[in-house]
Amino acid sequence: MTGLQAYLLLSSLLFAIGLAGALTRRNAILVLIGIELMLNAANINFIAFWHYGPATTYITGVMFAIFSISVAAAEAAVGLAIIVAAYRHSHTIDLDSMNSLKG
Amino acid sequence: MTWIVRYVCLIPALPMLAAGISALLPQRSRKPAAGLAIVSMAASFALALCAFAAALSNPSPQVFNFSWLQFGDQTLALGWLLDPLTAVMLVMVTFVGLLIFIYSTGYMEHDENFTRFFCFLALFAGGMLGVIIANSLLLLFMCWEIVGLTSYLLIGFWYQNPRAAAAAKKAFITTRIGDLGFLIGMVWLYAQAHTLLFYDSGRGALEAGAVSHLAVTTTIYGLTLSSAIGLLIFCGAMGKSGQVPLHVWLPDAMEGPTPVSALIHAATMVAAGVFLIARIYPLMSAHGVEVVTPTIALQVVTWVGAITALFGATVAVAQWDIKRILAYSTVSQLGYMMIGLGVGGPAVGMFHLITHAFFKALLFLGAGSVIHGCSGEQDIRRMGGLRKYMPLTFLTYGIGMLALSGFPLVVSGFWSKDAILYSAHHWSVSQLPFYIASLGALLTAFYMTRQVCYVFFGTLRLPGHGPVSHSEPDSEDTRHHGAGHPHESPAVMTAPLAILAFFAFALGFLGTPLWPWFQSFLNGDHSVAAEHEPGLVATMAASSVIALLGIFLGWLLYGRQSIATCEAPDVLERAQPQTFRVLHQAYFIDAIYDATFVRLTRWTAKLADLLDRFLFHGIVQAISFGVLGLAWVDSFVDNYVVNFGFDSSWRSISMGGRAMAALQGGRVQAYLRYIGLALVALVLYLLWGVAR
Amino acid sequence: MSISFLIIAVLIVGSTAAAMGLRNPIHCVLTLSITFGGIAALFLQLGAEFVGLTQIMVYVGAVAILAVFAIMMTQSRRGLMLGTFSRNALVGLLTAVAVFSVLGWAVLSQPVAGVTAAVSPVSVQQIGSSLMHEYVLPLELIGLLLTAALIGAIVIAMERKEDTE
Repeated sequence: MTGLQAYLLLSSLLFAIGLAGALTRRNAILVLIGIELMLNAANINFIAFWHYGPATTYITGVMFAIFSISVAAAEAAVGLAIIVAAYRHSHTIDLDSMNSLKG
Repeated sequence: MTWIVRYVCLIPALPMLAAGISALLPQRSRKPAAGLAIVSMAASFALALCAFAAALSNPSPQVFNFSWLQFGDQTLALGWLLDPLTAVMLVMVTFVGLLIFIYSTGYMEHDENFTRFFCFLALFAGGMLGVIIANSLLLLFMCWEIVGLTSYLLIGFWYQNPRAAAAAKKAFITTRIGDLGFLIGMVWLYAQAHTLLFYDSGRGALEAGAVSHLAVTTTIYGLTLSSAIGLLIFCGAMGKSGQVPLHVWLPDAMEGPTPVSALIHAATMVAAGVFLIARIYPLMSAHGVEVVTPTIALQVVTWVGAITALFGATVAVAQWDIKRILAYSTVSQLGYMMIGLGVGGPAVGMFHLITHAFFKALLFLGAGSVIHGCSGEQDIRRMGGLRKYMPLTFLTYGIGMLALSGFPLVVSGFWSKDAILYSAHHWSVSQLPFYIASLGALLTAFYMTRQVCYVFFGTLRLPGHGPVSHSEPDSEDTRHHGAGHPHESPAVMTAPLAILAFFAFALGFLGTPLWPWFQSFLNGDHSVAAEHEPGLVATMAASSVIALLGIFLGWLLYGRQSIATCEAPDVLERAQPQTFRVLHQAYFIDAIYDATFVRLTRWTAKLADLLDRFLFHGIVQAISFGVLGLAWVDSFVDNYVVNFGFDSSWRSISMGGRAMAALQGGRVQAYLRYIGLALVALVLYLLWGVAR
Repeated sequence: MSISFLIIAVLIVGSTAAAMGLRNPIHCVLTLSITFGGIAALFLQLGAEFVGLTQIMVYVGAVAILAVFAIMMTQSRRGLMLGTFSRNALVGLLTAVAVFSVLGWAVLSQPVAGVTAAVSPVSVQQIGSSLMHEYVLPLELIGLLLTAALIGAIVIAMERKEDTE
């Protein structure tokens, strides 16, 4: 297995674990953390491809990873603010009980 | 044309207007109603005198026509005319009518329907006068029907009495049967002559052009058109003038008040039939160029008249009711008038009509006075000796009786009847009408004498006064008089009697052979030459002998010994009880009609009722059931088929929606799961797509 | 496939698994920080120094701290929650397994080239100049986004007078 494949496999594993946590945890904050992990996995992918890509003078991968990190931070902030607001409204952050939008 | 010809329509219009206003007045305004009727009649009389003067100066027919109804390119015209025939009838009807109106104010004084009576009387007068002045057969027919209607209303005036109501119905239906022939004749005339006007400057139906056309064209059995149409119109005259076999309504019409009997059933309405034949005489007498014998129409008229004259006279001999005797006498005299028309022409017939109007009205009013004085008694067996109690009535009644009997020389009836007998004697077809008429004259004198003896001579047999009392009869005015002494009637009733008696005497001199003013006036001659025909004096002598013989026989049987009691049978009844019974029942004609025509009509009515109730009602019911069934099927389909379809479809949509809604659990992690699975599927697809 | 990579990989996977599996959320966040640190090491190893240090600064220094604040602010009176895992946790786990297998198979089934040229680590100056030249628009957008996120988070999480009790 080449180095790139190892990095890619690692990032896939990280992504899957993050997905598993997002799908299975009850705590809304931990679901958000899972989503952060998935984003991080994608970052690993970008840097790996940049490293093993044609020439490292093309720094597209690095730039993308920088932007990804900033967006992830913003999204984490807003998401946590929403969770805090939701907690203030219903005094719980249990996702299983938040189903008032059901059809 | 003179103003009177234009305004002769006012003569019937004024009484009709009075009738219309009276119809709107309440029952308690008696004086205004009577006043209106009398004033309108007086005005009509004045106008009739003016018309008479105009006709005197100009005996040719003067007309005023106007078009009434236009359909397509044909026009129906109406109009009125003034000629000697019209003028004479107008004067007679208005004068006699006026006298009877005045008489009625006294006779009907205690009746509570006074106003209604005068309304109907005025309407009748208007209709009768309309018949007289009509220049169009259609207008004549319309007024003819008005006259028939008012006759029904007046006969049935006391409609609560079932006999009166039945008599009114009988009169109307019987005359209607005659009117059917009249109508058919009228339509046929219109079809052939294309006009219904009598005189229309040469185009009229009675003028030379049309008449000659109708006289030469023949129809069935070689009958000329003019005779055929004339005979059909004669059917109407038979109904109105009570000729056999349509005479049955006249005796029953005596259920009406006596002024009604006098005016309608003696003087005027029944004379309308005779007047009609006189009016269309040019049509009835027209024959082709080569023929010289009288036409079939005139022959039929004469024979019918002869049969009627004899019939009426024989039945009158065996009657007990004072008014019934006069009724059958009227039937008989109408037969005489028809004989006169048939054998001698309009002059002869009309002369007798005019004189008859006066003395018959006199007799009826006198009978009314007798009934009034005897507090409603009408049976002559229960009267007697009234000449002591009611002298004026007796005197005038006697004059009337003499006039009717044809007492020689001094009364009008003698001259008019003599004219008829003379013409009958010189009839070219047969002498039989002459003998029948003579026999009838004998019987007339006989039964009138019988009546006068029963009523005015002998001793009073009135219940309560006479030797045997009977239960009170229920006739006209037992309501307001107690069973008191018979008394003379008030002046308002006896004054008309006196006036009529005068004319019953004087009118005859208008038509004597020495000075036949009446005949020449009607024939349109200006010269009045005395007639010097052979056999004139012989006929006069013969009719005098007949009249005197009849009076003598009557006095012999009834006047010599006064009749003792009410139940004493009539002399003739004792002699020939079977014949007497047949005559009393008027040859059982009423019973025959009842068993045949009336029964047939009732059976037809019953059949129609059954048909209506079962067949038509059944059909309607069946249709309604059909519709109900269809409605039920429709509702069934609507409920189970249509609704079911819709219900199942919405239910399936609803279930589908519910199923789809189950996908939305409201839980975020489930959505994420779906995204994950979708990602797996996408990647698999890409991989496999690429690998291939 | 050097040893360092393997060690770091094991560290990352282990701490991630712990982060997703521990009951106490504070513990989860702590292990998460370790994960972030591991990933930063990976970046450094691959020659993306700026990204690696940015990773530590942003993720460990901001996001994890923020998560801890959030956890502390949303601690319910009832104490810990009724359960760590949701009702349909198994299905979620299976889904994640499926995703990993699919992705792994995708990775392993493709022929991938090895390392080619020498890797020259990218300098901060390069990043800065490219930010200002090629990526100026995304830079502005990111600025806008961050401003909006900042204001939005404040507004959403702000205590309103009528909500407090």
